[in-house]
Amino acid sequence: MTPPAIQMTGIDKRFGAVHANSAVNMTVQKGTVHGLIGENGAGKSTLMSILYGFYAADSGSIAINGTPSLIRTPADAIHSGIGMVHQHFMLVETFTVVENVMLGAEGGAFTARGAATVRSKLLELSQAYGMDVNPDAVVSDLAVGALQRVEILKALVKGADILILDEPTAVLTPTEVDNLFVLLRRLAAEGKTVIIVTHKLKEIMAVTDRVSVMRRGEMVGTVETASTSPADLAELMVGRRVVLTVEKGPARPGGVVLDVQDLSMRDARGTLRLDHVSLSVRAGEIVGIAGVSGNGQSELLEAIAGIRKPSSGRVSLNGAALDCGGRDDPRTLRAKGLRHVPEDRHRMGLVKPFEAAESAMLGCSDEERFGKGIFLDRDLVRADCAAKMAAFDVRPADPGLRTALFSGGNQQKIVLAREIERDPQLLLIGQPTRGVDIGAIEFIHKRIIALRDAGKAILLVSTELDEVLALSDRVLVMCGGKITGERLPDQTNEQDMGLLMAGVISEQPGQAA
Amino acid sequence: MSEAFQIILLAVDSAIRLSVPLLFACLAGLYSERAGVVDIGLEGKMLIGAFAAGATASLVPNPWMGLLAAVFASVLFALVHGFASITQRGNQIVAGVAINVLASGLTAILGNAWFNQGGRTPQLPSGARFNEIVLPFAESARAIPVFGTIYAEVISGHSVLVYGALALVPLTWFILYRTRWGLRLRAVGENPAAVDTAGLSVTALRYSAVIMAGILCGFGGAYLAIAQSAGFITDMTAGKGFIALAALIFAKWRPVPALGACFLFGLLDAVALRIQGVSFPGIGQVPVQAIQALPYVLTVVLLAGFIGKATPPKAVGVPYLKDRS
Amino acid sequence: MSGRPAPLWLTAGVVPLVNVVVAFLAAGLVIALIGENPLEALQIMLRGALGSQYGLGYTLYYTTSFIFTGLAVAVAFHAGHFNIGGEGQALMGGLGAALVALTLPFLPWPILLPLCVLGAALAGAAWVLIPAYLQAYRGSHIVITTIMFNFLAATLLVYLLVGPMKMAGSMAPETAKFVPGATLPLMNQMAGWFGLTLTRTPLNLSFVFAIAAAIMVWVLIWRTRLGYAIRTVGANPDAAVYAGISPARITVIALLISGALAGLMATNEILGVQGRLINEFTAGAGFVGIAVALMGRGHPFGIVLAALLFGVLYQGGAELAFDKPKITREMIIVIQGFVILFAGALEMMFADRITALYQRFAGRAVSA
Repeated sequence: MTPPAIQMTGIDKRFGAVHANSAVNMTVQKGTVHGLIGENGAGKSTLMSILYGFYAADSGSIAINGTPSLIRTPADAIHSGIGMVHQHFMLVETFTVVENVMLGAEGGAFTARGAATVRSKLLELSQAYGMDVNPDAVVSDLAVGALQRVEILKALVKGADILILDEPTAVLTPTEVDNLFVLLRRLAAEGKTVIIVTHKLKEIMAVTDRVSVMRRGEMVGTVETASTSPADLAELMVGRRVVLTVEKGPARPGGVVLDVQDLSMRDARGTLRLDHVSLSVRAGEIVGIAGVSGNGQSELLEAIAGIRKPSSGRVSLNGAALDCGGRDDPRTLRAKGLRHVPEDRHRMGLVKPFEAAESAMLGCSDEERFGKGIFLDRDLVRADCAAKMAAFDVRPADPGLRTALFSGGNQQKIVLAREIERDPQLLLIGQPTRGVDIGAIEFIHKRIIALRDAGKAILLVSTELDEVLALSDRVLVMCGGKITGERLPDQTNEQDMGLLMAGVISEQPGQAA
Repeated sequence: MSEAFQIILLAVDSAIRLSVPLLFACLAGLYSERAGVVDIGLEGKMLIGAFAAGATASLVPNPWMGLLAAVFASVLFALVHGFASITQRGNQIVAGVAINVLASGLTAILGNAWFNQGGRTPQLPSGARFNEIVLPFAESARAIPVFGTIYAEVISGHSVLVYGALALVPLTWFILYRTRWGLRLRAVGENPAAVDTAGLSVTALRYSAVIMAGILCGFGGAYLAIAQSAGFITDMTAGKGFIALAALIFAKWRPVPALGACFLFGLLDAVALRIQGVSFPGIGQVPVQAIQALPYVLTVVLLAGFIGKATPPKAVGVPYLKDRS
Repeated sequence: MSGRPAPLWLTAGVVPLVNVVVAFLAAGLVIALIGENPLEALQIMLRGALGSQYGLGYTLYYTTSFIFTGLAVAVAFHAGHFNIGGEGQALMGGLGAALVALTLPFLPWPILLPLCVLGAALAGAAWVLIPAYLQAYRGSHIVITTIMFNFLAATLLVYLLVGPMKMAGSMAPETAKFVPGATLPLMNQMAGWFGLTLTRTPLNLSFVFAIAAAIMVWVLIWRTRLGYAIRTVGANPDAAVYAGISPARITVIALLISGALAGLMATNEILGVQGRLINEFTAGAGFVGIAVALMGRGHPFGIVLAALLFGVLYQGGAELAFDKPKITREMIIVIQGFVILFAGALEMMFADRITALYQRFAGRAVSA
């Protein structure tokens, strides 16, 4: 019997107080596609980074093809035939494809000969696997799908027999995902070993032979894909049956609060990010926006919130026209009752070195309740934060603690408390539960529903399809900056949504009835 | 021969001399910054190099020993800069400021303590300096109009360090764009994570670049103390490290334009020296300061992005830290 | 739990102290290297700086300049920018004060003097305006542009002092004397008004301005909405945009405040001591401000302490150079360099170890 391609035994890794991997074992058979699944923070990426030598494990051992291997650096890993495609591409933007691929495998002190070898290998491989890549293109000119192909080719040119892909589908369209999966199957059929790290159950079911599940730094099981189901895997992942439906009564929508007409936006490079988007949100309703990340959802939220200026189109709030990103910046929009929970709380929603109380007044620091005139009153600021913390069960309830020291769920509760408690007319909310633990997810979902029931208008963006379907009263789907369709959550299915998300079907949705 | 031609030749000749220290420092900065380490410590490294060269050559009357000492001292400072900005991931600009301030203080105090000449090093005899080399046939070529004169006046008659600096330009180009080290250097300045995951050491690459910067600053310092002058004088770099930094930006971090930028700034310096007190018809006296200010003004205008755009290496100034997740 | 955060007294007290001590040890090594006794040198410095009214007066006179330039660097730091141009802004501050003093000498002093002070602040702010604008709206790196502006300021001042503004008949690059109404009273004069006798030193009213400026900066940064905006922009510009705070606008405002503070340094030297504009009067105070701000960790209280320390160094260093000719005044620059190195670029070198040590002992104390 052939030895397993990878055998990781007793892998242990701590980052300060966080026990990222505890005594993890994992075996991957040669010539298979192996899934590694788990929630955010379950330790998957850490485990794979250890396998790739990016981090050194505190203890444990690794055997490659039955041979114990000491993998301490990525160079060791590459030498052992391991290649990795990272979630954030590891490419030098100013370099050509050839230069990127040859980095670390130049074949001598001078680059000329190595470049020729790499070019011919690239052409050979890209032809063999039907991966269309121009070796002389500069990376910054390439689209996301092409970048991923470059990453895969980079690993293959360096002779990888084992290919690790970390969340490879996050940035791809469904068609690109399908193509990727065909490629992965083919690599496995040729005897290469593929590990795919993801948190998407559907993909695991579609492409893997076997799947390992991690939870809170531990390996909780490895199963044959054929003999399992998404529900079973989900249970393994979170440790109990997940309630994917949210308890909520029927919506009682009132008048239109937010009205968006023909909103278009180009980015700095001139690429069209929003393409004539029209939608409306009424009081007492949640409108969800589904889509693969990077299809204009972020731009839509940020345009309405006044962070980015659209190139054309109209936005109005309660019938009054807004000049988003122009005269109406986030500050004035807040005064008009528009609140915004940003998609990425670390990047925008909080200031991590600040004490919690200071993060909890981000965007409202001009309000009279925090002090007189140009001054801020520290006691008032802290008292206000303490009240928010009590209302949203933030732990520890210490307004003086640094923001960075709270867990993801508690940070998100601080943001949510800040944005909800001032009684907004309209709440924009992006990725409400990204990087949030299960307990906090339910709490946050309930709060969003309660806000709706209080008659507020909510525009929700989430790349988690289940979350959009569970929370929304109406769902709009975005693809390539356009709205490709509108559905009622109970009158659609994943396949239907998938076609809309991929832009295969594109209906110009009618105005909400 | 026309007088104007003679004046131009002399100006160009003096511009070459004045641009050489700029060129050494500028290329030093190029290696460092292309690898992602901001280097505002060029001035300090050149200064300590100049001091080491002057001090050593006064003790051992051999310019090569002086050069060696300059390189050693400058590399030592470069390593301090590297330790702070690479190993300790400190603020690279603050580290550069520290280098400059330390060099300015140490050269003065050590110079005074060791040589008792108010911070100067002793006047060097000719044998302890890099002397001017007369190229073959320079005297006989003088007879040939134009080209001969250029050969004799401008091309011939510089010290070996001048020719070395000029040769360094194509060499740097070759290293950067045609060698493995150059490829890796450029990569680590743009995206260190890509270099790390390719199995290469970001730390080693950045240190190698910083050391290279140290070596070249040492050359620049040695040129000032034991080629251009006959000994070290307090604060003899006089802002040349910063002009070199300006030239680096002006050249958009590329070797061949770096030569052009350094020559331009050297020429401005030469012109400023010559026009002192000269009255121009119609204009009157041009204040020397106006010419001296030009390199700084030009750099600010360039940085403002109104003429072209100077895009620095993407990862420059950012300490590399593996992100945790 | 090993993740216990280190308390304030540790991160803001012990760690910077250790860094400064290491810097002084390194400087002591240099003194030993040139064959003098570091401890003896320290003793001479301390006695020279603090041991007499005369020494103390000079110490506080130097401290005044460093408080201004340290605050200037710190305010910019809070907005996330490194204003390395304090030197140039201070020079222009001097020019501003001089222009007011020389063009409006006929005004009565209660109007003229405040105008001179204002002129210094405005000129300092004006000199940072272009770099600030370019940083905020065109992304031009402020470190480089302010370096360039330092040289431009120095060049401009030389041009003016050997040319248009030169006092007729003088060989030195300096302007004519200001009218008395445009100069600040010396501390010993002021003491005289209250019947006290103090030794005559250059210490003048601007010391009081400097302390007031430190208090105002503290209020600004930690107790006002603008300060909150400045810190938000410095810590997370994206969050600032999200909050509706314009990073570009705040950058310009913070840097103008920074430039004004640097410009005010001239009140000490030009309005307080010289009573006319001279060349190179900043004598590196702008760069000392970097060390002071780093050592004081951007906090006005820390900055006043750090400025005092550098005041001691400058005055003590002068005495030392007098007593020990081998240890020239440049010794202060060496110490300054080590402080910038250890308290700035290497500030985390000991911090991690000290914190780990604390956690070991604190952890043991809890479990015991």
